[in-house]
Amino acid sequence: MRIDCKGLYYRKQNKMIRDFANDGETEFILDNANGQRYIGGGIEKKIKITVNGVPGNDLAMFMNGPTIIVNANAQDGVANTMNAGEVIVHGSAGDVLGYGMRGGKLYIKGNVGYRTGIHAKEYKKQVPVIIAGGIAGDFCGEYMAGGILVLLGLNRDEGTPIAGDYLGTGMHGGVIYLRGGVDESRIGAEVSVLEPDAKDMKLLKKYLAEFCGHFGFDLEEVMSEPFVKLLPVSSRPYGDLYAY
Amino acid sequence: MNSELPPEFIVKVDYDRCRRCRRCVMNCSFGCMTFKDRVVPEHRRCVACQRCVTYCPEYAITVSKNELAYKENENWSPEIRKNILKQAETGGMLLTGMGNPREYPILWDHLLIDACQVTNPSIDPLREPMELRTFLGRKPERLEFSMDEAGEIDLVTEIEPQVRLDVPVVFGAMSYGAVSLNVHRSLAMAASRSGTLMNTGEGGLHRELYPYSGNIIVQVASGRFGVHSEYLNTSAMVEIKIGQGAKPGIGGHLPGEKVGEDISKTRMIPVGTDALSPAPHHDIYSIEDLSQLIFAIKEATDYEKPVSVKISAVHNVAAIASGIVRAGADVVTIDGFRGGTGATPMVIRDNVGIPIELALAAVDERLREEGIRNNASILCAGGIRSSGDVAKAIALGADAAVIGTAALVALGCRICQKCYTGNCAWGIATQKPELVRRLNPQIGADRLTNLLAAWSLELKEILGSLGVNSIESLRGSRERLRGVGLDSQTLELLGVKPAGVGQ
Ligand code: SF4
Ligand code: SF4
Repeated sequence: MRIDCKGLYYRKQNKMIRDFANDGETEFILDNANGQRYIGGGIEKKIKITVNGVPGNDLAMFMNGPTIIVNANAQDGVANTMNAGEVIVHGSAGDVLGYGMRGGKLYIKGNVGYRTGIHAKEYKKQVPVIIAGGIAGDFCGEYMAGGILVLLGLNRDEGTPIAGDYLGTGMHGGVIYLRGGVDESRIGAEVSVLEPDAKDMKLLKKYLAEFCGHFGFDLEEVMSEPFVKLLPVSSRPYGDLYAY
Repeated sequence: MNSELPPEFIVKVDYDRCRRCRRCVMNCSFGCMTFKDRVVPEHRRCVACQRCVTYCPEYAITVSKNELAYKENENWSPEIRKNILKQAETGGMLLTGMGNPREYPILWDHLLIDACQVTNPSIDPLREPMELRTFLGRKPERLEFSMDEAGEIDLVTEIEPQVRLDVPVVFGAMSYGAVSLNVHRSLAMAASRSGTLMNTGEGGLHRELYPYSGNIIVQVASGRFGVHSEYLNTSAMVEIKIGQGAKPGIGGHLPGEKVGEDISKTRMIPVGTDALSPAPHHDIYSIEDLSQLIFAIKEATDYEKPVSVKISAVHNVAAIASGIVRAGADVVTIDGFRGGTGATPMVIRDNVGIPIELALAAVDERLREEGIRNNASILCAGGIRSSGDVAKAIALGADAAVIGTAALVALGCRICQKCYTGNCAWGIATQKPELVRRLNPQIGADRLTNLLAAWSLELKEILGSLGVNSIESLRGSRERLRGVGLDSQTLELLGVKPAGVGQ
């Protein structure tokens, strides 16, 4: 079903989506979206939501299953504490993306803001994947406890770093892949830079094929540059701070 | 480095009485007792948890303070010197458990409750109805009714979700991880029998407890452990944890060795990894951001559950609470500096925060002044020890009181403050199966239910003597309190008159 979101209050809009989804509707197209918060929030059904326009903060928060496609930029807090599902943003997105995200995929064509993937975690088969085609702000992957975070840094100006300062600071689980290397002065004390092995590349290829499929990038070209991987030095970075 | 720490306690075994059953050896989880021909205590390991003393069939064991371990000095207390020695040996922050034990004033003990004499009769609660029931949630400013042609009256005002409490005492947030599953089981069963609530803390909710959803507050903390939409909906209320009285402004840290299979499942993190809760929620940097999270939770629970925000009592608590209420919270939980914890740096526990009595009075006053007191209920936590404290808290403005440590004491806790070691001899703050087994959840639930039943009886007596018949009539009734031994500024902050002054 199509919903014209022009001037529509988020509460009403989201209630419509929830109610119709409960009645069996599986496809929603939101036209003229303009800052409505919490789209897809807490929904457990495998519905598909296409957002034409810019959704508001906390898109897909607590989401557990749906697929959301945004045909514009997205704001802060996308995929906050998300459990499962997929969010595909055909643009850039704001700060604190994938906070505490525990599963599902977040694919962003362009750049991402501060604190992307903060405290993402994984549990058994539930491994969150965040890929951004562009560059990231400071504190990317901060406190990461699990999951896969990939920055591609495509189409950036010469000399622009792929991520801001404190990359991976406090990280104690999961993995970050960066296309084309990293300036080691920018990374947090809790991570080390390694070369990806064949297994890593296989994994990357799988997700990047999906990513390129969504946004029309050339997979071979994306894979042509070498990647580096960041891993936490310890799963217990703060284990020896205390006197017992 | 060899330790130069003198033992804190001396364990004496009366060998005339001892029958060498070795029960103390099996019971000591700190490895203090060994058996070599006879029971030999290693004093240095003793934490005075009283397990062996309680379980020795011959009462042959006494534990006493090692009096002259440190030569007397009013300024350089044994505690201070012990801490310096420990830090000189390890270079680490001192970790501790439970609430602030230091000699700050306990204002509850300087407040006294009024009673009726002659001119307004008291009520006998044994024969007359007494209402302890109360409801948590946002209350409307006014009620509107309509009347149809037949004269039927209907309520027009939409009432926001409310949670019913049959007794104005709820169990405080203690995570599965900090405490054992048997503690959670005991709390959940007791809450459901007593018509009140338990609180998951920040470690998620074990599947086994899902049937108790009507009596559970589920917490959302900065680590978001075990938080998903089903969890949020398996609750009577959702609480956003901003702060904790024992560690204001500090994050949490469950060491990897406590993250076994079951905890890993509940927190949804791999076995053996540290569970780190960052100090702030990284999606909250302002009241507007807090509001965003409150409404994210309301969206995910279809506006069916009240949302609480828990903060620790700090200097600016009244203004913060006002912001929280304006942000859309239905309940504000304030946790005073005596509030307990499974683990916190000692320097924070002992030096940060303010007493709950002052924080509560300030928050209630501020919300009234601003005309928004009805918009949220107030839960008062951190240092509630008895029904007397509960009554005083309600008179100071709380809707209900929260007990954590008191509940653990009912379950066997001896306040030895070693919760952070994971060796709790009473099966409370531990995940070791052989220790967890020591707490039988059925018996635990009975003990907690008894405690609440006893406090209910006492609260009714207090209400009766005050000449009122419901807890609602006591709420915010500071005129029924008097202060003793308090300076005028404290009295003013508490909004109570000194004892001896009439109306
Ligand atoms: S429990 Fe008591 S009687 Fe048994 S060995 Fe220990 S001290 Fe002796
Ligand atoms: S919970 Fe256990 S370890 Fe903690 S203070 Fe009580 S008895 Fe001691």
